[in-house]
Amino acid sequence: MMLEVRGLCAFYGQSQALHGLDFALAEGGIVTLLGANGAGKTTTLRALCGMVRMTGEVRFDGKPITGRATEDIVRLGIAHVPEARGTFVRMTVEENLRLGAMTRRDHSAIAADLDEVYSVFPRLRERRKQQAGTLSGGEQQMLAVGRGLMLRPRMMLLDEPSFGLAPLIVAELFGILRRLNRERQVAMLIVEQNAALALDLAEEAYLLETGRIVMAGPAQEIAKDEAVRRSYLGY
Amino acid sequence: MTMQEHEAVALDTAAVPSEAAIARPLGLWLDRRRLLIGAAVIAGLMAPLVVANFTIFQLTMVMIYGLAILGLNLLTGFNGQFSLGHSAFYGIGAYTAAILMSGSAELSYYWTLPCAGAVCFVVGILLGLPALRLQGLYLALATFALAVALPQLLKSHVLEGLTGGVQGIVIDKPDPPLGLPINADQWLYYFTLAVLLVMFAAAAGLVRSRTGRAIMAIRDHPIAASAMGINTARYKTLTFGVSALYTGVAGALGAIVVQFVAPDSFSFLLSVNFLVGLIVGGIGSIPGSLFGGVFVLFVPNIAEKVSTGLSGAVYGIILLLLIFLMPSGAAGFVRRTAAWLARLRHTSTRGGA
Amino acid sequence: MEQLLQQVVAGLATGAIYATMALAVVMVYQAIDHLNFAQGELATFSTFLAWQMIEWGWSYWAAFAMTVAISFVIGIAIDRVLFRPVRNAPILSQLVAFIALFSILNSSDGEIWNFTIKTFPTPFGTKPLFGSGLISTHQAGMVAVTLVMLALLYLFFRGSRLGLAMRAAAANPEAARLVGIRVGWMIALGWGLSTAIGAVAGMLIAPIVFLDPNMMLGVLLYGFAGAVLGGLSSPGGAVFGGFAVGIIENLAGTFIPFVGQELKLTVALIVIVAVLMVRPAGIFGQVAVSRV
Repeated sequence: MMLEVRGLCAFYGQSQALHGLDFALAEGGIVTLLGANGAGKTTTLRALCGMVRMTGEVRFDGKPITGRATEDIVRLGIAHVPEARGTFVRMTVEENLRLGAMTRRDHSAIAADLDEVYSVFPRLRERRKQQAGTLSGGEQQMLAVGRGLMLRPRMMLLDEPSFGLAPLIVAELFGILRRLNRERQVAMLIVEQNAALALDLAEEAYLLETGRIVMAGPAQEIAKDEAVRRSYLGY
Repeated sequence: MTMQEHEAVALDTAAVPSEAAIARPLGLWLDRRRLLIGAAVIAGLMAPLVVANFTIFQLTMVMIYGLAILGLNLLTGFNGQFSLGHSAFYGIGAYTAAILMSGSAELSYYWTLPCAGAVCFVVGILLGLPALRLQGLYLALATFALAVALPQLLKSHVLEGLTGGVQGIVIDKPDPPLGLPINADQWLYYFTLAVLLVMFAAAAGLVRSRTGRAIMAIRDHPIAASAMGINTARYKTLTFGVSALYTGVAGALGAIVVQFVAPDSFSFLLSVNFLVGLIVGGIGSIPGSLFGGVFVLFVPNIAEKVSTGLSGAVYGIILLLLIFLMPSGAAGFVRRTAAWLARLRHTSTRGGA
Repeated sequence: MEQLLQQVVAGLATGAIYATMALAVVMVYQAIDHLNFAQGELATFSTFLAWQMIEWGWSYWAAFAMTVAISFVIGIAIDRVLFRPVRNAPILSQLVAFIALFSILNSSDGEIWNFTIKTFPTPFGTKPLFGSGLISTHQAGMVAVTLVMLALLYLFFRGSRLGLAMRAAAANPEAARLVGIRVGWMIALGWGLSTAIGAVAGMLIAPIVFLDPNMMLGVLLYGFAGAVLGGLSSPGGAVFGGFAVGIIENLAGTFIPFVGQELKLTVALIVIVAVLMVRPAGIFGQVAVSRV
């Protein structure tokens, strides 16, 4: 298992947001965390990266990463594409992408990777010298994913990648994610409100409700379960 | 941040509180609080009868600084508008009093207070209007410009006839009225105390009122406040005026008590002192302003006693210690301790059952 | 006309002082989102160190280089020891930390080196430049050094990886962490750079205004004014602002009758405030558009 999480609890000040989550992500696998607003999905990703106060056991490649600083966790090869995309709005598209490779030392490989990202997201190549803040929502999302890729991550955490995007763009993006997972063995933990989309892409799914996992299983089964769909996923 | 996160953070970090946040952990304390205030007032009334004249003078100055800091608190603490210029309001209030008392008007000292207040209120409003366009640091610079400009203006040839230039103006000490059996220092103390109580009570009333809530809403969420229909511009300008009024009245009192005004007493350094007093006392805390006054008056003296040559360094070190130990000021410290005690009591009764 | 030109050039020369200070101010501001009120005192302290080394017999440039290096380290140390612990405190509390630092440094300078005015040497000489009466060689040297520093900083921030990382850390600390940037150290680096630049400013200014513990008080105010005028998000703007303040101050003092020497600073500040009313983010500053 690439990522093993046991008894994950997270706190905002005095209030507890996550109450002992257990889940895992296999090497090269795709897992999705589903749930309504406020269920704790974003909190989970933030807790994994050390961005909120957390307790519990989190192991990446068998080694514990609980309590480590965000920047150190990232350096292990975990790319987090945050909810708000985290774009450096005043910097150019290219600078944003180069920032993704900040922790790498292999300069020629970085240049090659940059080219690859541009080939995966041709729209970004067109706008490479533009200020990132002037990009549309969909393009900024692609930029965020592209930046994550520049890390050459072994695992990507994606927080609501479909948020605010037109359906066509979302389909394009998810197609790209599927390709990346197959071709480069990048494991993915995807948090989504758009359950149908996520269940289509993922292998395993977990359902979150007010900070607890209420259901877990293969994505296809969860997608077929009528009762689950109606009560938790709203369709 | 989600609503959950936001609320939790607000409760825990004891950032500048709204009224509700004060009431919650201090619920058990409210009656005790009134008792404490009562005790403090009684102590305040007795003090000048038992201590030496110079100490009475110092205590009077503490109250005056506390009032000045309260003025700054209204603007910066409760309304979020940064000001490095309150030394100017203090100075204008002081000079207004001095000019009225010594010039051809020869006004009695107690009338100078409302005059100083009115003048400063107007100046505050006039400054508040352009201040609407400036945020944070830029407002700081503008108010800083004011603080630097005032001593220079007071000294300049243009206004020398009125202000006495570099020499300043000397005032006579007022006598106690009606032949009361106290000396002038004691009388001034009681006079200042009366003014202080009235103005502090008024400030507390303002803060608790709808206007006060609007003012604080503007500090916390300016966009939401205006979206809810609060006339941000009007309240911000008004707060500037009231804040200036408070500090101006303090300045007038200061002039009367010190019996002397001179341009260099009202420099930018005084503004810094007020700001330090505000922060050490606790932003957004009315009683904290008085503690700030204590700090501003006594700590530099203490620093001097520790080491004359390095008094500034000692002062700086004391400041650092205070900030490390009490990042939210004295008021924040009291609040946290009260909340911690309340939690202890709560969990111990829970655990007992 | 001749006098106007003379005053403008003189303004440029004093402006160079302010510009260097403004640059240091903006450097720290970019790193920590605050104005460093103790900047001037740090620069004074550094200049005293240099003076001491020269007293001990070091050559000017050796002392200069050593001072810049030590100042860099001091800046990093102050950030790590003093400001890191209060980074999560309310902004106004952090302000008190600055005031405390200011107080400690100013007092220590006086205690260690006393308040008598000292002269400080200049490597540029003090003869009139090219024999004309406009500016001296030292003043020209000052302008040149400021511009060189600006160029170096521009290259650093635009062209190097570390510079990019620092810009990212200042622009969006959380996103910067997510790409593995150690934001805490970037801030410390910003402090180090700013203190080093301040040291250079101090060493350039001292020959003109003479060295004493209160040397930088006025200069810092002008430096802030220049930085704000030019725009706190733009190092080039800050330098421009510094020069502009120097010129405005000189012209106002010379040509507006009632201003004279007394109200020069006041007028300069009024002009700046007036500019801010029109362009709240400074002339070259980028307005941060906040989405509701």
